[in-house]
Amino acid sequence: MNAVVERGKHVKAAMDNGRMMQSAACRASAKSAQASYGSQAGQGDLPTEVWKKVKNHPCYSEDAHHHYARMHVAVAPACNIQCNYCNRKYDCANESRPGVVSEKLTPEQAVRKVLAVATTIPQMTVLGIAGPGDPLANPAKTFKTFELVAEAAPDIKLCLSTNGLALPDHIDTIARLKIDHVTITINMVDPEIGAKIYPWIFFNHKRYTGIDAARILTDRQLQGLEMLSERGILCKVNSVMIPNINDDHLIEVNKAVKSRGAFLHNIMPLISAPEHGTVFGLKGQRGPTAQELKALQDACGGELKMMRHCRQCRADAVGLLGEDRRAEFTTDQVMKMDVQYDLEMRKAYQERVEHERAAKVAAAQNERAEMSGEMSPITLLVAVATKGSGLINEHFGHAKEFQVYELSTSGAKFVGHRRVDVYCQSGYGEEDRLSAIMRGIHDCHAVFISKIGGCPKSNLIKAGIEPVDQYAYEFIEKSAIAWFRSYLDKVKRGEIQHVQRSDAAIRQGSLISAG
Amino acid sequence: MPFKIISSQCTSCSACEPLCPNVAISEKGGSFVIEAAKCTECVGHFDEPQCAAACPVDNTCVVDTSLPRYQGASLKRDPHERHAKSCC
Ligand code: SF4
Ligand code: SF4
Ligand code: SF4
Repeated sequence: MNAVVERGKHVKAAMDNGRMMQSAACRASAKSAQASYGSQAGQGDLPTEVWKKVKNHPCYSEDAHHHYARMHVAVAPACNIQCNYCNRKYDCANESRPGVVSEKLTPEQAVRKVLAVATTIPQMTVLGIAGPGDPLANPAKTFKTFELVAEAAPDIKLCLSTNGLALPDHIDTIARLKIDHVTITINMVDPEIGAKIYPWIFFNHKRYTGIDAARILTDRQLQGLEMLSERGILCKVNSVMIPNINDDHLIEVNKAVKSRGAFLHNIMPLISAPEHGTVFGLKGQRGPTAQELKALQDACGGELKMMRHCRQCRADAVGLLGEDRRAEFTTDQVMKMDVQYDLEMRKAYQERVEHERAAKVAAAQNERAEMSGEMSPITLLVAVATKGSGLINEHFGHAKEFQVYELSTSGAKFVGHRRVDVYCQSGYGEEDRLSAIMRGIHDCHAVFISKIGGCPKSNLIKAGIEPVDQYAYEFIEKSAIAWFRSYLDKVKRGEIQHVQRSDAAIRQGSLISAG
Repeated sequence: MPFKIISSQCTSCSACEPLCPNVAISEKGGSFVIEAAKCTECVGHFDEPQCAAACPVDNTCVVDTSLPRYQGASLKRDPHERHAKSCC
């Protein structure tokens, strides 16, 4: 889609959201006085200083990811280790989605791009460097970029993702540049398991292989994590779940990283298809199913806050999570753009976002209050089509992903998202894609959309998934709880019978194109 | 013998470039190349040729057999050898 048209659309969407916000705020006003962030949307058991730092960070706060955007700049192509799930002919599979080569930028080009995006997307609050290789294997380019951005756009938060091998050597620079958050990918703390994931590392001018390599890597990762914690720099840990290799072991990893001060653990499914050309892909190593992933996340949940909204973003992603606008910001386009960094405009916009966010929380709070007193052992999953802002505002046919919520009498809890291929192709629905979408949300009882066509509607009903469009453009959590209440009522009256649904597949294909 | 980069396999990841102790590696037309005259196979600096050890694509940084043997390089990789020589 043409960039200008696309931008126009977003302005309109923002205005629509503004209207929504007002009306919802009125409806919610009665109880909003005691409204606080619900446990799932908010602070949870995070310490207050940590919560303050992350509450507007789309990658760290489930709630913020509906409202704030991030971008990555691909300035770091080199890597110092080899992972079996990565084929560096393409992007890094661990921090970015595989299959497409990114445009490599110099630090100067990167800064220009950051300013162009920040001007166009005022809710862009976070800049990350995550490869396509390892940022700390490219320290000069990475730190130069951060320095230039800190100077030109001081309100933007900086974050860094690394495999951790070089981390202990760079802690002082990370602290000096006031990098807000660091993410380390830690897939094992047992070198025997590590040897199955990492064929080699390059360390101190030497190539190490097998258990030796994995031992050095895990020691350096954990040491790096400890050093970050000592200096009070927030650190999240990413792990790739590889069935039969590290799946059970990740519970151990979870304990190890928690005890060393990680504040968030993000377990992501292995993405591996033969066409990606990775060692795992070629060997036929499968990724986990949706329920396997959720079960592992649940098993780790008690230990440390789990992140479930990770999109395994590309090293050059731009925009809200799940809504990639990078096609609007190619180097050619960025060079042509008229860039005026306006801090005040950004602040004003973000204040409006905060109002909207508070209204959303209040609405969900109200709805939860209505349900208090209800007792039912039923829990079920529903899928939601959204473009952000916490609203049900996407057509079934246009959805690139569905967000999944677990509903119970204690409310609606976000548990993950499912990527799908867009069903509607220039006005026509594609049969194959519809069945793939249904496989992707097969464990859900209902799907919430702003609009849906007759044909997919009847197919969904046949598959036992209820298409729900009566809450179009309303807040997700509030609507999901309201629907769940009526569901429980119908079960009580004997109109419907509650049945468990089966598992769903995690999409392995290469990734959604922007636009 | 100096090293060379098989350009059809190079992913231009740039991992090799900063590691070369002799600044023999540079980018040319989207791929990386080694200037044969500058390459010492890393003898005297490191135990392994750095470009080959760091390159993610196997058999991309390889010995260039088409060129005459490099004068200063020894097949026995003793990192101290060259040092010893230059001291005397
Ligand atoms: S750290 Fe990233 S770029 Fe490096 S090998 Fe692993 S997945 Fe690939
Ligand atoms: S072998 Fe060593 S000296 Fe020769 S190009 Fe590679 S890194 Fe440079
Ligand atoms: S390390 Fe290998 S792939 Fe990377 S630039 Fe050098 S020769 Fe090319």
